[in-house]
Amino acid sequence: MANAQRFLLLKRPEAAVGHTLYTLRIPSTTRHLKTVRRFVERHARAAGLSSEVIEQLKLAVDEACTNVIKHAYKGRPDQPIDIAVLIEPDRFIVRIRDQGEAFDPVHYRAPDLPALIRRRQGGGLGVRLIRQLMDEVTYQSRGRYNEVQLIKYLARSGTALPPSANA
Amino acid sequence: MSNFSVGFRQHDSVHILDLHGELDAHTAPELEAALQQCLRNGNYQILINGRDLDYISSAGLGVFMAYIEEIREKGGDLKIAELKPSVYNVFDLLGFPLLFDILPSEAEALERFARGERPTLPAT
Repeated sequence: MANAQRFLLLKRPEAAVGHTLYTLRIPSTTRHLKTVRRFVERHARAAGLSSEVIEQLKLAVDEACTNVIKHAYKGRPDQPIDIAVLIEPDRFIVRIRDQGEAFDPVHYRAPDLPALIRRRQGGGLGVRLIRQLMDEVTYQSRGRYNEVQLIKYLARSGTALPPSANA
Repeated sequence: MSNFSVGFRQHDSVHILDLHGELDAHTAPELEAALQQCLRNGNYQILINGRDLDYISSAGLGVFMAYIEEIREKGGDLKIAELKPSVYNVFDLLGFPLLFDILPSEAEALERFARGERPTLPAT
């Protein structure tokens, strides 16, 4: 365990005990969605997650950031979106923070696809998709920040830590 | 520099759109513009080929949702073929296979166009 901690501290300056953190800040435009997907993909791959779970995480973070851009910031560019990957022994977490308008998950109703099609409406499926893809999703508003956490449990979905960390 | 592009082909009366790259909220307007071009030209038999489509988010699916009713009202259809498994999964998660013709091969999709078959929305 001492070895494991030393490994994490050496490899990752921001690492706390059994808990690794990577961060990325993007401005609030869709142009940067690709960057966010690559960021999450890189760290999910390094954590040993399966291709299927990596695809799910990429899509969920894309949908969450798209919602921040369109709804929290209402399309205003150059507002900050902070993305963090937190790797804990039993879970892989992607945390997204913004300083825009808060999302109200309590009053969210998952839309019905045929109804959307009849109304010729091409949206509204992002939150439903995120919930289907992730094991757990949490929303919080703390002061100026809104925060969503996209969580995959590692016992069910992949390997928790790089092999050398278990030495 | 966009990581998405649309190519156009035609087979008899069917207009084939070849999607390349990654379709997200940033690139979805390019797909929308390509579809609008088909509709402006009176082409309502549209086949989306996803052989080179590497990624799709709900913003991309939204383009199909927004136009399918208009296309079917005009007597046409929008069918989708040759999706990669990871992309098909996204369509499947949201229930698209019940409402859209999604075929493994372009040939099968063209046969369905030739037979005039298309799915209908469930009654309200």
